[in-house]
Amino acid sequence: MERWRKAQERRGEALPDDMAVALSVDGAHGPVIHAVNRAARLAGVTVGARVADMRALCPVLKVDFADPAGDRAALDRLALWARRWCPWTVAEDWAAGAGGGHGLILDTTGSDHLWGGEAAMLADMEAGLSALGVSARLALAPTWGAAWALARFGPVRAICADPSPLPVAALRLDGETVLLLNRLGLRTIGHLADLPRLALARRFSRAAPAGNPLIRLDQMTGHLPEPVSPPEAPPVFRADARLAEPILDPAQHLPALCAGLCDQLAKGRQGARRLRLTVYRTDGEVSRVEAACALPSRDPAHLAFLFRDRLERIDAGFGFDLISLEAPLAEAMGIRQADLAGGSDAGVELSHLVDRLTVRFGRAALAQLQPMASHIPERAEARAVPLAAPPAAPLAAPPGAAPVQADRPQRLLDHPEEIRVLYAVPEGPPAQFQWRRLTHRVTRYQGPERIAPEWWQDRPGTRLRDYFKVEDEVGHRFWLYREGLADDGRGGAPRWFLHGIFA
Amino acid sequence: MDVIPCAMFRTPAHSIRQAMMSAPPARRAGATLSEIFPAPGAEAAAAGFVLTQVGKVAKPVLWIQDRLAQRETGRPCRAGLGLDRPLMLMQLSRPVDVMTAAEEGLRCTALAAVVAEIRGDPPAVNFTALKRLAVRAEAAGVPCWLIRQAATADLSAARDRWRIGPLPSAAHPDDPRAPGDPRWRVERFRSRDGRPGEWVARHDRAADRLDLVAAVPDGTMAEGAGKAGRGTAR
Repeated sequence: MERWRKAQERRGEALPDDMAVALSVDGAHGPVIHAVNRAARLAGVTVGARVADMRALCPVLKVDFADPAGDRAALDRLALWARRWCPWTVAEDWAAGAGGGHGLILDTTGSDHLWGGEAAMLADMEAGLSALGVSARLALAPTWGAAWALARFGPVRAICADPSPLPVAALRLDGETVLLLNRLGLRTIGHLADLPRLALARRFSRAAPAGNPLIRLDQMTGHLPEPVSPPEAPPVFRADARLAEPILDPAQHLPALCAGLCDQLAKGRQGARRLRLTVYRTDGEVSRVEAACALPSRDPAHLAFLFRDRLERIDAGFGFDLISLEAPLAEAMGIRQADLAGGSDAGVELSHLVDRLTVRFGRAALAQLQPMASHIPERAEARAVPLAAPPAAPLAAPPGAAPVQADRPQRLLDHPEEIRVLYAVPEGPPAQFQWRRLTHRVTRYQGPERIAPEWWQDRPGTRLRDYFKVEDEVGHRFWLYREGLADDGRGGAPRWFLHGIFA
Repeated sequence: MDVIPCAMFRTPAHSIRQAMMSAPPARRAGATLSEIFPAPGAEAAAAGFVLTQVGKVAKPVLWIQDRLAQRETGRPCRAGLGLDRPLMLMQLSRPVDVMTAAEEGLRCTALAAVVAEIRGDPPAVNFTALKRLAVRAEAAGVPCWLIRQAATADLSAARDRWRIGPLPSAAHPDDPRAPGDPRWRVERFRSRDGRPGEWVARHDRAADRLDLVAAVPDGTMAEGAGKAGRGTAR
């Protein structure tokens, strides 16, 4: 919910706090409420109910789509961020808990005293999270299960509180089991713990942990171990050169560094996408340059080439004595077999070319024209990153219809230029036009080809275009269009533009 | 029509004898540096002609433009060029950068061609730079085309030098009022390997084929070549 609010504010569409807002996900019988804000909760909107029912309850409810995958990724990033308090940090699995089972679990054993005790650590965590714009409910308990329960159902910032008065839903059980236990009269964890184990074991012997209150109870009390296993940190590919004397130019050490880095990459079956060369100066300053590859690469000569013209940008000061080359971003890359005939792989060679050109002239200069699904000529092609995968087939013809090969000019002006036109009939082709102070008399024409504005992305009032391919008496062929019709009610007399030149 | 069609060649299927006699350009005959000087207003024609010469190879084309060329005559349009292969477009501001990028591109043998467009006569386009391009193109086996817009044909190391001008298009098969297949007046005025000549080129877009008709009537040669050309074409 807070992530959504932030996104709205970034888009400049922030809503007032007292407006009821809910996020929905698709359920079995239509959309279901996934998260609500405070105003909606006060209006009686509950999580898990259907959107249609809640609209009846609260007519002003504004519903937007939730983004569970984005939430999951954000939580993973937050877990990495939360390693500042202790290394054993894991983002809880989304599907694990029943009612909103997402959260962070930190195994703070042995690290709380570094923050001045448990209460001080919790206060520090809350301050840090609220600085990020995230509200959090924190609790500290000896086991994962107890901490989970206290964080959701316990008092604010509970530290090792007694979980027995909490409802049974705090045991991380699924909805059916909670309902069953409630029907049996077992409202709280204390009620459940008072029962003889044998009866519970007989009743729930075959259930999975999410449906088995006995296992969950044991996990909460610590009879069953439930260790926290954080995800492994991605490997760091880094090569260092420690120098006896400070130097000013890293060029002669670069090949050895690249070779060392490529050895590490080859062992990990990875290829570098980004490279960062850092020099640590003797006066304590740090200076770095970065480079990027179009495709993962671990060719030492190529990586060294990427830095060839950029070493001048390093501010060497009075010299540096430690150079480190690392690959902050690496991607999996198998072992490539060279061509038996001695040639090299065409794809690798192309990617090296793209890297060389990008390093030299900047990322904006080089682009690959990709066809896009649009009829508007300037939108039918997009500048894409070179060597990106081509998108799906653009503008698939409807089944049964023959594919229409539209006549397009060989050259397209970036901005259509207005021309002055003489015509015989307003709807027809021009008889004569003036472009860049030259008068062209039209001898032959083809058209019109009418292209209507795309209402889903054009602003209202955009006029349609009638394209003509015309030829003048010398043999120049142009692509003109008339913007709008004389009486379409979207402005005055239609204007004419020159948009492209034919071969 | 102001030219008398005397000899007709179909470039993909021409015999060695025809090639020796009047030498219409064969596709990828030799990967080398060629310059083409479009007449004012025929810049798009130059682009179309260059692509017919590059031919249908499933490799990407690197197309480099300087800013003046892009602003004056627009950028190449993928749909209009009929490309079913990647077009890598590079838009640079200075002509000297265009020459450097073209040289860099010619180091890569995975390209079908490098096309560089430069407008005007900048000092960066000199004999030495052109010589470097020519040597690189021949070493890598990648044809390099230099479209020199609004330029004078000075001293140059290009192996082939062309001029191209506009001509009224051929008749449209379905619509008499509409322009049909494009036609250009093509002149090869300097060539190291072939013979200079002047042709009327007609780009048959349906078959993606360039038909060349000798523009200068030359009695004996045209007669013989014309027979041979018709013989192979049919």
